[in-house]
Amino acid sequence: MVGQIVFTLLVLLTFYIAFRKYTVIWRNVNLGKDEEIKGDIGERIKNVLLIAFGQKKMFKRFIPALFHFFIYAAFLLTQIELIEIFVDGFFGQHRFFRSGLGGFYTFLISFIEILSVLAFVATFVFLARRNLLKIPRFHMDEMTGWPKLDGNLILYGEFILLVCIFTMNGADEVLHQQQGLGSYNFAVSSGLGPMLFGGMSESSLHILERAGWWGHILMVFAFIIYLPFSKHLHILLAFPNVYFSKLTPRGEMTNMPEIMNEVKGMMGLIEMDESAMDSGEELPKFGASDVTDLSWKNILDAYTCTECGRCSSVCPANITGKKLSPRKVMMDVRDRADEIGGHLDANNLDSVKEEEKEKATTLTKENFDDGKSLFDYISNEEIHACTTCNACVEACPVMINPMDIILQLRRHEILDLAAGPSDWTPMFTSIENSGAVWQVPDDRDKWTKS
Amino acid sequence: MQDKLNIETMADYAARGEEPEILFWVGCAGSFDARAQKVSMAFCKILNEVGIKFAILGNEESCTGDPARRAGNEFVFQMTALQNIETLNMYKVKKIVTACPHCFNTLKNEYPALGGHYDVIHHTQLLQELIDGGRIKMTEGGTFKGKRITYHDSCYLGRVNGVYEAPRKVLEQLDTQLVEMKRCKTNGLCCGAGGAQMFKEDEPGKKRINMERIDEAMELKPDIVAVNCPFCLTMMSDGVKAKEKQEEVMVYDLAELIVQNNGL
Repeated sequence: MVGQIVFTLLVLLTFYIAFRKYTVIWRNVNLGKDEEIKGDIGERIKNVLLIAFGQKKMFKRFIPALFHFFIYAAFLLTQIELIEIFVDGFFGQHRFFRSGLGGFYTFLISFIEILSVLAFVATFVFLARRNLLKIPRFHMDEMTGWPKLDGNLILYGEFILLVCIFTMNGADEVLHQQQGLGSYNFAVSSGLGPMLFGGMSESSLHILERAGWWGHILMVFAFIIYLPFSKHLHILLAFPNVYFSKLTPRGEMTNMPEIMNEVKGMMGLIEMDESAMDSGEELPKFGASDVTDLSWKNILDAYTCTECGRCSSVCPANITGKKLSPRKVMMDVRDRADEIGGHLDANNLDSVKEEEKEKATTLTKENFDDGKSLFDYISNEEIHACTTCNACVEACPVMINPMDIILQLRRHEILDLAAGPSDWTPMFTSIENSGAVWQVPDDRDKWTKS
Repeated sequence: MQDKLNIETMADYAARGEEPEILFWVGCAGSFDARAQKVSMAFCKILNEVGIKFAILGNEESCTGDPARRAGNEFVFQMTALQNIETLNMYKVKKIVTACPHCFNTLKNEYPALGGHYDVIHHTQLLQELIDGGRIKMTEGGTFKGKRITYHDSCYLGRVNGVYEAPRKVLEQLDTQLVEMKRCKTNGLCCGAGGAQMFKEDEPGKKRINMERIDEAMELKPDIVAVNCPFCLTMMSDGVKAKEKQEEVMVYDLAELIVQNNGL
């Protein structure tokens, strides 16, 4: 009875903390601008099935994909067992579904056990890949401190979780046999249990079984709370992120209708709205200098990123030692969104825009200005190094697009700040004046006459 | 090679009240870059040879605006793009072929949002069509028989627009030995020119991107590096020169390979 009360209270506490933190992330994603996500729902669902559920893009690299799949499959199927743990926890039952499901229950738990063994192996492989093997993408500049620890913590957690599952099932198996009820016949624990715990007293076994059960569920609660603080959030966000990923041609940069219409007006292609031009309205902001200028989808991308670094490992700029790392761009966007979110949560009135400081009582996304921008995180050198080759876009297993953010930053730099690499100025001038990327004195069709 | 190429402009056609089958969009590199001009000429030779009625815009063509847009300069992009669309629509152009993947991408994927709707293909796609349709017959045992060729996927034809097979099918017809680099097709490595990098100095780093790519190509000991993009052509040629291998390793566009093979 005490167990049931403690369990129920822990569930409520976990979900309360998690709910608050997930709400913060939802709010942070919505720091971005509205963007209507267009396109066929059928195709989106297909993407979710193939790329998110099916892990299609992960398998571009077979070995990590295989081990990742073990952990992923074990995680997905363990959710079924988790339902039972919740039922048992709330109502003080033991293996509630077993009597109803019979042989199917044995099959199901066996299947989960086998996957858990595979996940156990995968956990060690991943710890080795991160810490022993010198895999460059796990050792780039942005992967020090918290991101490095975060990557390992989740693996340690997984390890504890799996140990708990097998302790629980193994001890239970021996207990079951000692009570003369025969074996559960679960694939792994029916052998592993007697091997580890055979001959122990009933009370020790009972303690072990309970420790496994509680250890397991406590780890689950810890995961639920830890996720939103971690890169590991991808296990949830991968699905919506793939669903909302763009279906328009990869080579199409988002059009800027406000500029198109102004140019059309200048060229006399459309009637210019004179009144709108002379009304002294504030000039619209072009491109992005902060996360609040990005689309909400860009920010969702950032929270979905699990810092695997496949993007950076194929980035031609990064490979050749330039400062640009697409993964860092995503981490920077997330960190900046976290920073702004933190100010909003603290209602930090120091971060209200200068001109509104007098009257403001609440800090909002609209009146926010802490004097910083995304350019405090991402340097010009980084965005200037991009070749727009789309390798990062292609590489991301969960359809994140770092290039889109880089290009929005470039737009801001050129259009609003009139900055950018000075080498580009002659190219712009040539296109404007002579319609060619180079300033050439010849006719464009001279080559046909030679 | 002395035959005069027959290249007419849209204006020439319009003056006669005729329409060509297809517009050849030459692009800035194809028009002004000495090396890329040879590709334009090679492609025109093939079009002449198979008797396709084509035209160019000549002085009425402007930069598609790709490098300006990717550098972030939407104003310059819109100005040149809208000007081009005016011209193309005035001539009622329906079908465009171009030898530049950047022009190809912008015409195909970006002009529609600005009011320019055309059927755009890359010259390697047209070449494949012509081969498949039997209109180009490869000379047996031509210049390239048995030569080792590696093919460099350009980002904007390959990864961005998903065209991987057409250029490879053209190469197969040449009776060559096609050897693939490890980073090919969807995983192809950029030559380093895209995103307006062609027009600026590299950011500080350990190596130039074209050298990274040419090192990869050289491991295969190729006789020829085949490309489909005038900017890749420059980058790869520069890389070969920097390795002082220009006597042994040739960098060619696919159209040039066909012209040489068939002695056009």
